[in-house]
Amino acid sequence: MDLPKIVSLGLSLGIFAFVLWLVRERRLREKYALLWLSTSIFIILLTVSRRALEVAALSIGIYYPPSLLFLLGLLFLLIVTIGQSVTLSRLSESNHRLAQEMALLKKQLEDEIARRKRTDDHPGP
Amino acid sequence: MKILAIIPAYNEADNIRAVIEDLRSFGGDILVVNDGSTDETAAVAKSLGAQVLSHPFNLGIGGTVQSGIRYAHEHGYDMAIQFDGDGQHRADQIFKIVDLVKRGEADLVIGSRTLPGGYKMGITRFIGSRIFHCLIRFLSGHTIEDPTSGFRCYGKKTLRLFARFYSDDYPEVESIVTAARSGLRVVEVPVLMRGRLSGHSSITRRKSAYYMLKVTLAMVVDAMRGRQMIGES
Repeated sequence: MDLPKIVSLGLSLGIFAFVLWLVRERRLREKYALLWLSTSIFIILLTVSRRALEVAALSIGIYYPPSLLFLLGLLFLLIVTIGQSVTLSRLSESNHRLAQEMALLKKQLEDEIARRKRTDDHPGP
Repeated sequence: MKILAIIPAYNEADNIRAVIEDLRSFGGDILVVNDGSTDETAAVAKSLGAQVLSHPFNLGIGGTVQSGIRYAHEHGYDMAIQFDGDGQHRADQIFKIVDLVKRGEADLVIGSRTLPGGYKMGITRFIGSRIFHCLIRFLSGHTIEDPTSGFRCYGKKTLRLFARFYSDDYPEVESIVTAARSGLRVVEVPVLMRGRLSGHSSITRRKSAYYMLKVTLAMVVDAMRGRQMIGES
């Protein structure tokens, strides 16, 4: 095994362990953990068998296999980021609704308390 | 007819007193929507007897106006006016924007500064206004001379629509297209306005490029949605 291979294997295993640790600490939801775990497994597989990448690259006419890796990596990150933006938009929308809902409820509560106070001060006939 | 004045306010403690005093003459309820102000806006408004809705944090002008609209909608108001908290709008002009809604001839009335009898605006705002004017005409067939004006009157149907669909930031222009495409009658009337009492416009020059792009995109996408997705008004 050559040095680059060892380094890349070590990195992928490190990421794998880190993601597992994040889930264990409840800092990462399983939904996202699955994505990152499968990514690191994918990288580990590529490291172990460089042949697979070469075959795949050559078969679609890419003569420098690492560029296929870069291409796939970039595309993957792009898709993940768009997905994150979608999630963020949804979250900010619900955050927004919650804040409004809270303001309306708080107002309702204040009104109710004020109304009770009035009826307590001036009991009806 | 039950009518509500919605005053969106963010750190307007210096202006809010004058605004509420000005609105005394208007025959309806006053609601100040305090958008997470860090000053005494809410306390001042309460002490003057206005209803106050307070956001836990800052939502921006769109969310603030929408909270007011949702309040009006939930409390069964027949109409609501939007009245800025910075003192630009004049209570003695309210009858002009309310009239058509009251008579049932319009669902959304915009008080405009550029129509004859209106108020002059700055050059950047003028250019932006013209571009929006053309876009609105193209997308909805309505001719609105001053689409960025925040001096408005909402009828019952509009309240219902905007309680569901109202943009977060820079909502004024987009909301015209949303309303028009939902089949609501949008009308513009000339009004008089004041210069600002204090503070400065929320739209700085640096932000205005983003403003133009964001609103244009929002309107074009809105047009791509088709009527049924906007709402069943």
